Amino acid sequence: MLDIRALRKTFGAVEVLKGIDLKVARQELVFIIGPSGSGKSTLLRCMNRLEEPSDGSIFVDGVDLLSPKTDINLMRRKLGMVFQSFNLYPHKNALGNVTLALRKVLRKSAAEAEAIAMAALDRVGLKEKAGNFPSQLSGGQQQRVAIARAIALEPTVLLFDEPTSALDPELAGSVLAAMGDLKKAGMTMVVVSHEMRFARDFADRVVFMENGEVVQDGPPAVLFGPDAHPRVKAFLSELSH
Amino acid sequence: MTGGSLFLETFFNPTIIARYLPDILKGMLVTVEVAACVIVTGIALGLALAVVRSFRLRAVNFLIIVLVDVLRALPPLVIVLIVYFGLPNVGITLPSFAVLWLVLSLVLAAFAEEVFWAGIVSVRKGQWEAGRCTGMTEFQTLCWIVLPQAIRLTVPPLTNRTIAITKNTALGTVIGVPEILNQATTAQSFSGSATPLMMGALAYLVLFIPVVIVGRWIETRFAWRRG
Amino acid sequence: MDAILQQFFNLDIMAQAAPLVFRGLGMTLLVCCAVIPLGLVGGLLVALGSRSHSRLLRGLLAGLIDLLRALPPLVLLIAISAGLPFAGIRLSPFACVTLALFLNTSAYYGEVYRAGLESVPHGQWEAARCTGMTAWQTLVHVVIPQAVRNVLPDLVSNTVEVVKLTSLASVVALPEMLYSADMARSVTFNSSPIVLAALIYLALLWPVVRLMSRLEHRLGT
Ligand SMILES: Nc1ncnc2c1ncn2[C@@H]1O[C@H](COP(=O)(O)OP(=O)(O)OP(=O)(O)O)[C@@H](O)[C@H]1O
Ligand SMILES: [Mg+2]
Repeated sequence: MLDIRALRKTFGAVEVLKGIDLKVARQELVFIIGPSGSGKSTLLRCMNRLEEPSDGSIFVDGVDLLSPKTDINLMRRKLGMVFQSFNLYPHKNALGNVTLALRKVLRKSAAEAEAIAMAALDRVGLKEKAGNFPSQLSGGQQQRVAIARAIALEPTVLLFDEPTSALDPELAGSVLAAMGDLKKAGMTMVVVSHEMRFARDFADRVVFMENGEVVQDGPPAVLFGPDAHPRVKAFLSELSH
Repeated sequence: MTGGSLFLETFFNPTIIARYLPDILKGMLVTVEVAACVIVTGIALGLALAVVRSFRLRAVNFLIIVLVDVLRALPPLVIVLIVYFGLPNVGITLPSFAVLWLVLSLVLAAFAEEVFWAGIVSVRKGQWEAGRCTGMTEFQTLCWIVLPQAIRLTVPPLTNRTIAITKNTALGTVIGVPEILNQATTAQSFSGSATPLMMGALAYLVLFIPVVIVGRWIETRFAWRRG
Repeated sequence: MDAILQQFFNLDIMAQAAPLVFRGLGMTLLVCCAVIPLGLVGGLLVALGSRSHSRLLRGLLAGLIDLLRALPPLVLLIAISAGLPFAGIRLSPFACVTLALFLNTSAYYGEVYRAGLESVPHGQWEAARCTGMTAWQTLVHVVIPQAVRNVLPDLVSNTVEVVKLTSLASVVALPEMLYSADMARSVTFNSSPIVLAALIYLALLWPVVRLMSRLEHRLGT
């Protein structure tokens, strides 16, 4: 489904990703953890070419993402992304945020776009807030609108970059619940986050990154258990303090 | 004759008002025509330049910046004189109305481009990324996500600039565009009275006071929205 | 191409016109030196007056500002220079220009100052007063420095506009730079003298314009 090989990314002289290999199977939830600055965001942003990888290859459903012949706009639609800072469009209400790409990219009619958007908002529990503008929504609600905006386009993979770290713990819960529902419904997801509970409950695999490299990649039971790599153990105990 | 009636006789002489009112009204029409043309072409051109600039092509942007800077640094009257007296000698003859329209449109476009560009760069990077992540092209993202937010920020400064530049239609008198000031000074020299000047000034007030008040309203309204 | 060069960039004609144009530049700078300080002070009075407790004064000032913003500066200038003699008041062209531009720019500077004072949150006043500063000290040491920084681009851009406005003086025969250049144009039937004047305006104002758009963009983001 998603196949990343020997991915490298340099900013100027600094090598931020030093040859990452990562495979994500259909309906799998891969959870990425690691210290600040280890390159998690950069890896995620390379996956939909918000950052241009310096070297390596990325295949999505067998399509070479980095080939100049690939229609990147088409592929981006299939790689939904949810940001730490939501990035909702402030000049549009919740419904408008979701319908915009449906209308302009998928060229749906207004009625069709609205029906799809309402269904997506319903999935994140925000059908009643469709008319609210971002400034009239709590952080947790804003983030769920952002999720609705991504899933309305029926992506093959959803990428989450610290979706709850701008939120208070109470508000984070609603977002994590929505993400859990998506996982149960069979969505393929890559999640960068510090919500270890969520990882234990929903992740199929946990990937620990440090200094632009994958240190360990395995099921949550292994990374959160006694057989974890010493650096993973150090990181996790640091985190729990 | 008392001082008061002498004053009225000189500056608000009823016979002269009656005689020259049609001319002043004609002048108002011309002023409104030039102003409307300038506003439409100037703002459209300014927006187009800002959009082109957002594609960040080095050579093109350099040209845009130079053009905009020059038009912002030169007094409009200087440009009017260069175009009006210079072009006929190289074989291009434009009517004075067209010269005024062209020059003021370019000047407004330059200021509008700066304002629109400042608006575009003030929209956070995450908005671009969010748009691109839903599969929109760069141009679609600009049109549907960035510009609507940018334009909201640009309304107050753009309104003020537009009013200031529209008032420059009065420069048309120097090259014989029959707008208000031109009609008023002509009438003044024919009649030997100050009354036409007052009529001209009043005509400008009638046209522009409402505009200034609307501009002030827009300024407070949009400032409040942003805050 | 050659015709264009001959018409707009004729170096011989520019050289001939240069002494006249540079004398005009002297007059332009003189007008600036009169109008800019007067306008800055006038604007300050307008801004402080707009915050006064007297409703009458505030209303009068608001009306006056709207009036001055609605009148094109050229109309104001011609009304003064051609209208005042009818009232028995004869002013030199220099005085007319100075008066007209002073009135015009005071209104604009006043607006800029007002926006600046309003841009400083009320909490700043309260915080300063709580440390025992007087109202005047607060204004001078706390509010004005912040206000000026907030509206610096507008202040500079308004001053650029004043310099450009002095070119209007050519219409009432004050021998400033544009007037002199236009004289030379009408004698030589060639636009090069005006282009020379344009180049001088560019030399004066381009650096400021460039700096301004930097300032604006930095504040914008
Ligand atoms: N646009 C950029 N230009 C230069 N350096 C960058 C850029 N973006 C990221 N970096 C650098 O790349 C490294 C990895 O950054 P990245 O944001 O991917 O880390 P992260 O693992 O997501 O960290 P965090 O947990 O703090 O979000 C950092 O050292 C950062 O300074
Ligand atoms: Mg990050």
